[in-house]
Parts: sequence; structure tokens; C-alpha cells
Amino acid sequence: MGANLFSNYGEAVAMILFGIGFGNLLLQSNLIKKIIGLNIMDTAIYLFLAEKGYIENRVAPIVTDGVQSMEVYINPIPSGLVLTGIVVSVSVSALMLSITIRLYQRYQTLDLDEISTRLKKEGL
Amino acid sequence: MSLVRNFPAVSILLCLFAGIISSGLKKRAAEYVNTILIFVAGLLSLCTLLYILETGQMFVYVMGKFPAPWGNEIRAGVLEAFTALFFCIIMLLSLVGGRKKLADEVEEGKTFLYYVLMDLLLASLLALVYTNDLFTAYVFVEINTIAACGLIMIRQNGRTIEAAARYMIMSLLGSGLLLMGICMLYDLTGHLLMSNIKEQMKWVYLAGHYKIPMLVTIALMSVGLAIKSALFPFHAWLPDAYGYSTVSSAAILSSLVSKGYIFLLIKIIYRVIGFEVFYESRIMDVLFAFGLMGMIFGSISAIRENDIRRMIAFSSVAQIGYIYMGIGMGTQAGMEASVFHILSHAATKSLLFIAAIGLTEVSGGSRQFIELTGSAYRNKWAGVAFTVGSLSMVGVPLFSGFISKLLFAQAAVQNDVKMLPALIVLGISTILNAIYFMKTVIRIYTPVEEHKYGSMTFKDMKLYVAALFSFIILNVALGVSSQPIVDLIGQGLAMFS
Repeated sequence: MGANLFSNYGEAVAMILFGIGFGNLLLQSNLIKKIIGLNIMDTAIYLFLAEKGYIENRVAPIVTDGVQSMEVYINPIPSGLVLTGIVVSVSVSALMLSITIRLYQRYQTLDLDEISTRLKKEGL
Repeated sequence: MSLVRNFPAVSILLCLFAGIISSGLKKRAAEYVNTILIFVAGLLSLCTLLYILETGQMFVYVMGKFPAPWGNEIRAGVLEAFTALFFCIIMLLSLVGGRKKLADEVEEGKTFLYYVLMDLLLASLLALVYTNDLFTAYVFVEINTIAACGLIMIRQNGRTIEAAARYMIMSLLGSGLLLMGICMLYDLTGHLLMSNIKEQMKWVYLAGHYKIPMLVTIALMSVGLAIKSALFPFHAWLPDAYGYSTVSSAAILSSLVSKGYIFLLIKIIYRVIGFEVFYESRIMDVLFAFGLMGMIFGSISAIRENDIRRMIAFSSVAQIGYIYMGIGMGTQAGMEASVFHILSHAATKSLLFIAAIGLTEVSGGSRQFIELTGSAYRNKWAGVAFTVGSLSMVGVPLFSGFISKLLFAQAAVQNDVKMLPALIVLGISTILNAIYFMKTVIRIYTPVEEHKYGSMTFKDMKLYVAALFSFIILNVALGVSSQPIVDLIGQGLAMFS
């Protein structure tokens, strides 16, 4: 178990980062901190994918000098997944930030819990 | 190759293109494009369904040039085509029913955006239903979330923006877990296409390797989708999001968006993990337990609510609990009951939301029960429709809710261990449902002495009445001729594996 953990330290770090990001997104009441948590969480997944897709002593799958042997290159699919994931995560972050701006303009605070209590007081 | 085989892919692409085109159109034109689009998508799904029923087997459509283990695929079986058709019908009726109200709720210059979001939502729902590729499913889950978030906050007030923020946060937690699950599954099996993953999963499972990673993966994906579809402890965002958004949004969010995720979960259980492996993992016991809790706590929250829209929203929590209880039962019958309840709840809940708006309209726009007294006399059609929806939710024979309760009870009897808790909670939940729905029905049919508010006549709301009437017919049709539909669901689930 311990040896496995050490040899797969990249994945272990990714999992820890995922936990940190998840916790932040769930528990922080500040909206900006939540968004930072979201980004840490997503990045941790990309790290995990990159770590899994890499094979030692191989290069990125771009054919150079006409070498077409499969033994030379790494698996390109995880890299493709990471790119797709980044696109999704960027758009989601942008949407979250725009919601944050709207809320800040209305209530002059970034604290989601405080906004909720104020909404209750307004009784809208 | 028959022409019909292209239809699922064409319907998804049509929706995406319609969304893009509508963003440059005026309000009226966007509305027409949207209506025609939903109609066409429904028609294409119907053709697909008929084609599959005729040939008797599902078909796979290869997207692009690459064959199976590398390329992207669309797969259409009976259940997929039927669900797509049903989703189109519900969406069309919900939009027609809420159209008149939409003008008050959304700023004049932004109406076309509403239809853009609707087009994208339909595209993502169809893609979730049809896709055979897990990563594509993830991408469309996110598109679905973004479109749904837009639909919540297009009505601009503090409540909806806050609700959209909360909805986004919970959804992102869910999709993070789902993505992690998909990545781990990819590492375990080396595939992204559902059928290939399942083949590999079987070997891994039989060889007895990777027990813990497999368990973690199944847990991550189930919990991720459960969070997104608002299973009980994760429902905090739901009442505000359904309660304050525009009425069509509320109807579509509760009856389609959350159902899309549940459909994806069922698909993952059958087509990716495999029913036996999922059964062995005992994750379904967790889903079962949370489903039961949701059935009770959702109903209790609904009883305590004084706002008609929020009450219906809390009732959704209870109904989602029913569906997860059926999934957690771990039998074929339980799964069939769940799928039927997806349809039945979609038909009923959108009816209730649309009817409720008619009642609040004739009560000075107030949603408090005290103001709603006697509103069924002021708007007769909405009153009747609300009563039908309530009776269906409580589970009175003739309506669809009765059949789903019956199917759940039958499924529970087949399972020795889970029979007692399931039947007891089903009974309690039905009583609680009856309490808050009948309370509301009695309230709206209580005559009032003074006439504070004017009433609505048929002439003011022809389209609205037509939508309500169609919903009622749909509900009764599901309730009366349920056997063919149940057979269809059984056939579709058999095609899954």
C-alpha cells in the first residue's frame, strides 16, 4: 500500500487537490473562494488524467521524422479529454463569475449566506 | 442504410443550429423557430421509435469516420426514442402553457435569449438520451447545466440570481464527481464508448481485480448524478430555483432537466457498469435509503410551505425520492417502475406548475394560500387542471400517478429485504401527499364572499387552456392505457443490455 502510494504520487496529489477543491466549493461562503475551489477541483482532474496518460520515455503523439511506430508515442486520448475539460471549465467559471458580479452589484457583498439572510428579510 | 438511422443525430444537430440561428433573430421569429424545432425533433423521434419497433432491434450510428473503439457513436433503442419523444411533447406543452406569462416575467429585449437557451437545453437533453459515449455525455451534462442556469436567472430579481448561484454550485459539485468517475473508469477499462467499457468491466469484474477502484468509480458517478438531479440531502437549491423562475422554466426544470440526469444514471447502470456489477456494489442500498428519506422529508417540507409554487417544488423532492427508491430496489420491476415514474412525474409536475400560474394570476399575482382561496372559481380551467394534477400525484386510479405507485408496490413485494421499508414509506408518503395536495384543492374551491379579484374567461387564454387540456389527456392516457407503455419500457430496458 505505502509503496504503491509512493510510486503513484501524482495520482495521490491529484486526489488530495480534488478533495481540497471540492471542500472549498462546498463549504466556503465567499463566492470568489468557491470559484477558486471549483478551479482547483477541475485542475486536479486534469492532473489525474495527464498523470494516467503519460508513459515514461515516450513523447507527445505528433509524428516527427516519419516515425510511425506506436511504441514511441503516448496515448493521445487523455490529452484530448483534458483539452475538452478545460473548455468546459472555462465556460462554467465565466458563468459563475458573471453571477457573482450580478449578486455583488445588488447586495454589495460576496458572502452567499449573508445574501440569503438579506433575501429572507426582504421577503421577496 | 435506412434514412431513419440519421434522425437521432440530425435532431441533436438541428437543435444546436437552431440555438445559434435564434441568437440573431427577433423575439417572434425565435419563438417560431423554437416551436417548429421542438415539433420537428419530436417527429424525428417518433419516426425513430416506429422504425425500431418495426425492425425490432436497436441501431448504432457512427459519428465521423472512425469505427467503434475510437470514434463517437449514437445509439437508439426503444426507450431512448420514446423518452426523446416524450421530452419533446412535455417541453412543447410547457412552453405553450407559460407563453402568455413569459411576457411579464422576462424583459422585452431578452425573450429571444430564452428561446436560445431552450433550444440548447433540448439539444443537450436529446444528446444525453441518445449518446453512446461517456465523455460526450459529460460535455452535454455541462451544457444542460449552463442552459438550465440561464433559464433560472433570465427572470431578473435577487431571488432568482441567488437560486441560480446555488444551483450552479451544487451542479458543479455533481459534475466534478461525475467527471472524476468517468476518468477513473477510463483508466480501469481504456475505453470511452459505453458498450466497450461494459465488455471490459465484465472481464475486470470476473477476474476480481480492482475491487476498490471499481466501487469508488460507481459511487462517484451515482452520487454525482444524484446531486445534479436533487436527491434528498442535496435539494437545498431546488425550492428557490423552481419557485421563483418563470413558469415554463420551472415546469421544464422539474420535469425534464432532472429527469435527463436520472435517465443518464439508468443508462450508466445498464450500459456501462452492468446491472450485476452495480447490484454487487451495494451503492443501490445507499440510493434506496436516501430515496426513502427524500420521500418523507420532501413531503413534510411541502406541508409546511405557504407558497403554492414552493410547495409544488418540494413535492418534486419527494417524487425524485420515489424514482431513486425504484432504482435502489435492485430488480427489473423496480427499474421499470422508476422509468414509468419519470414519465408520469414529468407529465404531472409540469401540469401542476402551469395550472398554479393560472390560479395565482387571478389572485393578484400572490402565491400565498390565503389569497388563493376560491381562485378555482375565478379560473375554472386552471382549477380543474390543478385538481387533476393533485389527484394524479396522490395516486388516485385513472391517473398516471396511480400506476407508478402500483408498479412501485409490485416491485417492492418482489424484494424480500426492502419490501417492508419500501411499502411503509410508500404508504406514509401517499398520506402526506394527500394532506398537502388536498389541502390546496380544498382551499382553491372554498367560495369567498367578497370578490377582490376579477376572473379569467376562456377567450383570454385559449392557448393556455389547450396546453392544460393536452396535459390532462396525457395524464389520463398514461393512467388508463399504461400496459403498452410498461411493456415498451420493459422492451427498452431489455435492449439496454
